Amino acid sequence: MSNTINLTLRVWRQAGPDMPGAFETIDAAGINTDMSFLEMLDIVNERLNSGGAPPITFDHDCREGICGTCSLMVDGQAHGPQKGTAVCQLHMRKFHDGQTIVVEPWRAAAFPVIKDLMVDRSAFDRIIEAGGFISAHTGGAPDANLILVPKPVAESAMDAAQCIGCGACVAACPNGAANLFTAAKVAHLNLLPQGQPERLSRVEAMVDTMEEYFGSCTNHGECEEACPKEISIDFIALMNRDYLKSKVKNNRLLARAD
Amino acid sequence: MLASSTRLDAKTPSGPIEEQWDSYKFNAKLVNPANKRRYEIIVVGSGLAGAAAAATFAELGYAVKVFTFHDSPRRAHSIAAQGGINASKNYRGDGDSVYRLFYDTVKGGDFRSRESNVYRLAQLSGSIIDQCVAQGVPFAREYGGLLDNRSFGGAQVSRTFYARGQTGQQLLLGAYQALARQIGLGTVRLYQRTEMLDVVVVDGRCAGIVVRDLITGDITSHSAHAVVLATGGYSNAFFLSTNAKACNTTAIWRAHRRGAFFANPCYTQIHPTCIPQSDEFQSKLTLMSESLRNDARIWVPKNPDDPRPSNQIPEDERDYLLERRYPSFGNLAPRDIASRAAKLEVDRGKGVGPLKNGVYLDLSDAIARLGEDTIRERYGNLIEMYERITDENPYTVPMRIYPAPHYTMGGLWVDYELMTSITGLYCAGEANFSDHGANRLGASALMQGLADGYFVLPATIGNYLAPLLGTKPAPTDHPEFKRAEQETRDRFNGFLAIKGTRSVDFFHRELGRIMWNYCGMERSAEGLEKALSEIPALREEFRSDLRVLGAGDTLNQSLEKAGRVDDFFELGMLMCRDALERNESCGGHFRTEYQTADGEAQRDDDHFAHVAAWEWTGDPLRAQRNVEPLDFEYAHLATRSYK
Repeated sequence: MSNTINLTLRVWRQAGPDMPGAFETIDAAGINTDMSFLEMLDIVNERLNSGGAPPITFDHDCREGICGTCSLMVDGQAHGPQKGTAVCQLHMRKFHDGQTIVVEPWRAAAFPVIKDLMVDRSAFDRIIEAGGFISAHTGGAPDANLILVPKPVAESAMDAAQCIGCGACVAACPNGAANLFTAAKVAHLNLLPQGQPERLSRVEAMVDTMEEYFGSCTNHGECEEACPKEISIDFIALMNRDYLKSKVKNNRLLARAD
Repeated sequence: MLASSTRLDAKTPSGPIEEQWDSYKFNAKLVNPANKRRYEIIVVGSGLAGAAAAATFAELGYAVKVFTFHDSPRRAHSIAAQGGINASKNYRGDGDSVYRLFYDTVKGGDFRSRESNVYRLAQLSGSIIDQCVAQGVPFAREYGGLLDNRSFGGAQVSRTFYARGQTGQQLLLGAYQALARQIGLGTVRLYQRTEMLDVVVVDGRCAGIVVRDLITGDITSHSAHAVVLATGGYSNAFFLSTNAKACNTTAIWRAHRRGAFFANPCYTQIHPTCIPQSDEFQSKLTLMSESLRNDARIWVPKNPDDPRPSNQIPEDERDYLLERRYPSFGNLAPRDIASRAAKLEVDRGKGVGPLKNGVYLDLSDAIARLGEDTIRERYGNLIEMYERITDENPYTVPMRIYPAPHYTMGGLWVDYELMTSITGLYCAGEANFSDHGANRLGASALMQGLADGYFVLPATIGNYLAPLLGTKPAPTDHPEFKRAEQETRDRFNGFLAIKGTRSVDFFHRELGRIMWNYCGMERSAEGLEKALSEIPALREEFRSDLRVLGAGDTLNQSLEKAGRVDDFFELGMLMCRDALERNESCGGHFRTEYQTADGEAQRDDDHFAHVAAWEWTGDPLRAQRNVEPLDFEYAHLATRSYK
């Protein structure tokens, strides 16, 4: 059942990328617990606007946990306290009356702050551009049912492919590593039969690009905890295996079973 | 009232419908592979249609620029489509064919779409699945490794391909990855966090666009030989819809103001299965995929004041409203029909939930028959999403649903080549009007976006470009570009200068309330007249009492929204005018004055079997209504019956 709670927010405010930032204390009274976290911020912004203060800038779009745009650290947790949930799907019933909530942007060297709670995640796009695809130009595809994909393979590829690219894994990692994101993308394609011809060149290009921007993985496992899609760190092991293979395997022998 | 225009030539190829696309492609002018890099194409929007078109153009060799207001092309709202994508593969051997998909789509659209376009869509549907599988889209499989299918509303065959409840996400990632490959190769230049704000026409041809960099606020121009708008639909005219918050009409509306005709703006789809509104602060409505209707049954208690918990109400005291009214299609009746049936029960006071604003969508029979594990495998992510939002568990308590604005069949008028009435300006995906008539069938939006992007535009754009060989597009220092840039700057500075008291969201919410009340699931002449007096009044208030804080030369989310809501006001007026002039009920357009004795939509084929294409005159209340007649040579005009 819904009720109303009073909260205090400590929100990171930063005017621009190279400007200093600081926490600002903002009152959030009379919040209906059926609201989502972002609807709570909408109300706060509405009140700031009425009072003549600039609203808080934050990234958001679909508000149903699939576009991956929203990106808030809530009390030091990426996407907040509810496991397997993007912050747009977090509801205020998870908070209690009188609580103080700290709201920050993703904190990672590869994700510079643009303004307030909004960061630049385009380093993710660079990883995909380096090799996160199957080269299949439009028009050249064979009939879809000519490519058989065993059901467990399709399921596992889908487990990885559901990554929403939000960056929570990077934000949660003490090293600011993007291994879970990259591994999910590598695994999606490297598990499928269609992905085999470029399997090793793909992982090599993606991992090398990842390392240009992000920190190194030291197996903390924080990424899996923070992931709104609960993507398993087992995929990192798979990526590491393929990456190692890419360094020793002769690509000209790729079509032979071994 | 009915003016016809020579500019509404659909350029439909002659000959039997089965041969039209092949004969078009054979007769179309081609650009030599080595010459393609001399042509610049701008694509606005990076959803299914935009990303697919841009990637394919670049593969062909054209020089491409892509503009998206998102931080990454992968965020486009296509990503939120849940249930699936149709294709007439007939992999189930259940009697499907190109012709059947064509027929179902024309009938589902209540005989208000252009036959040639729909036939081509059905023809291309199979190639889309082939293309997506080759790209690595992880569609659901059977144990033997073959592709699985499910059924969807408005069809009696199983032709829907799916990737759990995240089909749109997986298809978009496929298109995004194809696009990313081209960006990596340097054939596509990407401009992210950049919003298109105007179209520039020079000497009767589209010469480029004006954009605003959302981070710096810089307003600049880009020119090209051709421009493609793939910027999605306008359901957010209702404020509350299933669309993402940033979805808007600005790109197509600004094109309309520069001469592109806007077709059938009143054809909006209200999706039957969304989570009912819970409070007045709600910022958006969340869809529960139509695929749930494969296994869930829709009902309300026969006694509206039944105090028992839903699972204790015996079978004979439940009204399975769709099964009762439409026995042959049952819970899989098309969206417009299912939506109105739910509204009817809620209006009669038979709604369920704390606000009595929903009907039950009940999985319990399917769980008893198939087991919870099977249901979890099919719909797990949807059920979790429902649980997070409502704090109720659908495995034990039926879900509650109510219709919500979801998709807009109307959009920019395009011919067979997807060119708008501005030469050199194309429009694809939900942003155009072409394939769904007055109602779209489930799992057909993804099909259309990808057909337009992967197959139609790459085949048609060369026919326009070939004769332009050796020409340069008008440079961005041309006076027309400079004028458009200045107008845009003045417009946005104007919002900042009002310094009133109300936020953009306040006005958007109020506009949405008017649109939903008078131009929503049911419309009447009286209500529409009222809307047409209330919207301009509200807009006057918007122009005198808006408060946008901050500056224009920086990131300013309120300022971005102000531009979008300003355009929604004008579009809202045109939607109401279109609804008022269309004196019939068809598909998603239901006029209370035009219904049969048992409450079904009553079309008027003698007077309204046409596309209404509106022409900008400087005032949306005085837009000129032009007509493109629709002929039904193959799918013969008939009253839709799903009984």
